[in-house]
Amino acid sequence: MTSREEQAGFRPGRGCSDQIFTLRRLMEERIRCGRRTVIIFIDFKSAFDCIDRPALWRALAAEHIPVKIIELLQTAYDGSTSQMIKSKVDEEDYWHSSKFKAFTFDDEDDELSRLKESRQAVNNIRRLVEEDDDEDDVERVSWSGEPVGSISWSVKETAASSQRADREPAFPKISTDTPSISRSQSGYSLSSLFKGKPKVGNFQTFSDALTDSSVRLYAPELRKPKSEYKDYVSDWSPEETVQRLQQGKAVSLERFRTLQDKLLLLDLAIAAHDGNVITAVLIYLKRTLCKEVLFRELESRQTALRHFIHYLSETQNQRLLLELHRALGRAEDAALLQYKEHLSITDENKRRDFLKNCLSLPFSAEDLAHVQDHYTLLERQIIIEVTDRQAERGGKVEIFQKFPRKALILNMPLITTLYYCCFYHYTEPEGTFSSPLNIRQNFKISEKQYFVTALAARAKLKAWLDVDALFASRNWLGFTRKKSPLSFQRVVDILQKNSAPTHVLQDYVALVDDGELRLTLAQKHKCHDIVISTYRDMKDRQLLLGYRGKVVRGSAEERKIDDLLSNPQIRWKN
Amino acid sequence: MFTLKNGRLPPADVKNIIFFVRPRLELMDIIADNITSEDRHHSSRDFHILFVPRRSMLCEQRLKEQGVLGSFINIDEYILDLIPYDGDLLSMEYESAFRECYLENDQTSLYHTAKGLMTLQALYGTIPQIYGKGECARLVANMMLRMKREFAGSQNQILPVFDTLLLLDRNVDLLTPLATQLTYEGLIDEIYGISNGYVKLPPEKFAQKKQGEGSKDLPTEPKKLQLNSAEELYAEIRDKNFNAVGAALSKKAKIISAAFEERHNAKTVGEIKQFVSQLPHMQAARSSLANHTSIAELIKDITSAYIIQCFPIKSHYVNTYIEDCIAQKDPLIKILRLVCMQSVCNNGLKHKVMDYYKREILQTYGYEHILTLNNLEKAGLLKPQTGSRNNYPTIRKTLKLWMEDANEQNPNDISYVYSGYSPLSIRLTQILARPGWRSIEEVLKMLPGPHFEERQQLPSGLHKKRQQGENRTSLVFFLGGVTYAEIAALRFLSQVEDSGMEYVIATTKLINGTTWIKSLMDRPESPTQ
Repeated sequence: MTSREEQAGFRPGRGCSDQIFTLRRLMEERIRCGRRTVIIFIDFKSAFDCIDRPALWRALAAEHIPVKIIELLQTAYDGSTSQMIKSKVDEEDYWHSSKFKAFTFDDEDDELSRLKESRQAVNNIRRLVEEDDDEDDVERVSWSGEPVGSISWSVKETAASSQRADREPAFPKISTDTPSISRSQSGYSLSSLFKGKPKVGNFQTFSDALTDSSVRLYAPELRKPKSEYKDYVSDWSPEETVQRLQQGKAVSLERFRTLQDKLLLLDLAIAAHDGNVITAVLIYLKRTLCKEVLFRELESRQTALRHFIHYLSETQNQRLLLELHRALGRAEDAALLQYKEHLSITDENKRRDFLKNCLSLPFSAEDLAHVQDHYTLLERQIIIEVTDRQAERGGKVEIFQKFPRKALILNMPLITTLYYCCFYHYTEPEGTFSSPLNIRQNFKISEKQYFVTALAARAKLKAWLDVDALFASRNWLGFTRKKSPLSFQRVVDILQKNSAPTHVLQDYVALVDDGELRLTLAQKHKCHDIVISTYRDMKDRQLLLGYRGKVVRGSAEERKIDDLLSNPQIRWKN
Repeated sequence: MFTLKNGRLPPADVKNIIFFVRPRLELMDIIADNITSEDRHHSSRDFHILFVPRRSMLCEQRLKEQGVLGSFINIDEYILDLIPYDGDLLSMEYESAFRECYLENDQTSLYHTAKGLMTLQALYGTIPQIYGKGECARLVANMMLRMKREFAGSQNQILPVFDTLLLLDRNVDLLTPLATQLTYEGLIDEIYGISNGYVKLPPEKFAQKKQGEGSKDLPTEPKKLQLNSAEELYAEIRDKNFNAVGAALSKKAKIISAAFEERHNAKTVGEIKQFVSQLPHMQAARSSLANHTSIAELIKDITSAYIIQCFPIKSHYVNTYIEDCIAQKDPLIKILRLVCMQSVCNNGLKHKVMDYYKREILQTYGYEHILTLNNLEKAGLLKPQTGSRNNYPTIRKTLKLWMEDANEQNPNDISYVYSGYSPLSIRLTQILARPGWRSIEEVLKMLPGPHFEERQQLPSGLHKKRQQGENRTSLVFFLGGVTYAEIAALRFLSQVEDSGMEYVIATTKLINGTTWIKSLMDRPESPTQ
């Protein structure tokens, strides 16, 4: 009977450690290729004792073992009983000699045929390893170049300690390769990077080699996120774990079981400043820690906290996010965050209701006032929109026919709303929602803002009487005079932009205080009367003469200039 | 090579499809959409994804949620940290760096910076001296030193190109990007936005006027121009103050016409041959001149109202001006820039003023901007005045930030880039080179974050033997972004004869006030704008 290569039991020089080594290599290869691996350990109870002996003799005969020897063996086994002798002397020998626990997948016995499947699977794996033998020994090198760890399954490695020592050179220590690479490629000059086409390709590989140690060069990337390798047991130190995470390599966080370990891991990740790593650790912590503990620990780690908040908001885990803010006493942040959500609500009624709910959130006092205003505004806009839409469809209100509305008023800023109301609802009594005065009152719009908006709206409609009325203010003697919270120069600007006729402009240009400015404005807007009277007041004959050429020939202005020029009562200064 | 967009992938008879993306979640959704719509048509294609510069846990999770993670044969990263942008300029093109560092407290960008700097050192030698100012600078330096320790034993044997590295936090100088840059390149960026070295301009001015045809059909596509120092004329004028560009252009025009006129002097066949050989070069020069004249004209047409300048004026006027701007409904970003500027210069705004601005901004531009204002406050751009003394005037005077008479035509000081205001960041750089930071300890203490100096041991034999008069080279890294005007100022310093220092600039992102403020806004493209 020939034994297979896999068989280690009952063979000189081979033992349990070989099997362990094989298994470990298998697992490393699988992980390296990003494959899921299932390992089944089968311990056949007293496998060697229960073998059907007649079958064994037949097998021996089939292997052309001389009949004499088979018969000798048969007599030896006839009526035999076995007994175990405990021996401390040589464990290696114990494994080989004992019938007790050694196992092999190589038994041809019929009873085992139902396990064919698993056997086949194991053989396949074995083949895979043999194929890959060339690029052996890549992964088992840590950052510092020391061989990493030992195997921590139920089977201890002690039995093989002597052989292990022999094998160690098989794991090369890769640590000093880098300088040779950098020397060989150091022919770069500054100009090769800056001038002309950058040599991105080389740049890339080189930076790789330098920054990630040469291990990374051989190791193909993993296909699946790290979290899927729960079944992979390794024992990288927290530092190494963080480094591996930074390099995007497979790593299991599951082994960090105690709170202390987890926090150490988190702190190391924070120290690395790589958001990706911090997030990875946080995701693990989120899964394995209860909220209270997690929130408490995050509070003293602001960087991690920000990342966690970012992660939660990106994954739209609003509930946990709000809980977090509340737990940390950052109520205002929480409130703003919730408020932000309104941006993604398109239906105006839903948005309004949402804002209404927001009012009960713990905003800071001033923010609350703004949010309140926001809600009130939207509420109003909805009412105005409904009424105006009907008015427009009804076709009875003249202004909507003359100036059809271009856009919905919903979600417009307050000042735009005010403009809209000044345009369509100017004359309404103060009690209505759409009355400009009501809006001004309700939202405490500053005088200036109100003024500019109303002015622009009425000027657009060419309602010059309204414009005049805006400025009219009675003093206590009952005289009316024009007063404005903004400079008359700005007023003229606004009027002019809305193409006000000269006779309207004139009134306001005349009100500009600064003489020189008034003159330039008057000239620009062709307010001849003002120009002429200013020149008269300046007693500047020459300028007046010059201006005569600019007015229309034969017009009233020309006559006026002529009258002035011939007026003997004026003492011209030139 | 296709740009990523929603829906089906463009049809092509290929087996392998590689997605080359920044690790951003919204891109993952697009990719997922691509793949799911693809699956129905062919199932034989192989997908690969490469993240630049790093893989991201969140992105992979998102792909997994969308159920497409398994479709990828390879998921890997392409480590490209620093991208060479010009002869002396490296950028990481990491838009959100400032927001992440100062608003979200996410230091990933700093980690990438440190990695990038390690790569740079691997190529150009260990930089013996590291200076820095600011929290982030400190962190980057720490990371670099730690990474170096981890590679202990792998001594870099390259003669160092850079003598010093200066790491500067953006929040040391928040003021500079808020003002409008007044160099030629800076203005192009402010008005039209330079993206990836290209600018898109309105086409009207670039219509080819051919005789006979007339200009009936004006091009409607925006004109796309590449801008970098490879273009001789652009290299000459890019860093000039805009007021000096006109003169430079007309001078160039004269030179070119003179060169064309020379053909009349060409008598012999040899001379004509020489003239003809120069023709292509001259043609190129002429078309580049035409382009830049058009751009200069375009910029000139933009009214001066656009420009935000930094000048000492009484806060009373500032208040009124900002108020007026709001009343005129100027773009929100402009208002925010002005308000932030006032806050930074005065070490905060008075409570009353701040409330007033807030109310006005929210009323005029929409209440949802509470979030934006909140962000600006968190980033330190907007803050209420506290009891402490305003030390900005001291900083300003000690560092000579405001120069009365900036010479725009023939600059003698870096303040020309903002027509009278010198960027604080560049002044710090200048003083570091000479006479050294020790002279301004007091001011450095007033600025946020620690300042520090670190040395990295060079292996013996690599110490530079400097010849007399040879310039030292300094790498200046702006964490959180740099403006074109600041770059121009550094280039100016490199050119000044007695500075003895040449500068290479690196940054996380090229910014201007608009893009910068935008990066701090929540949902800048809200429907109300």
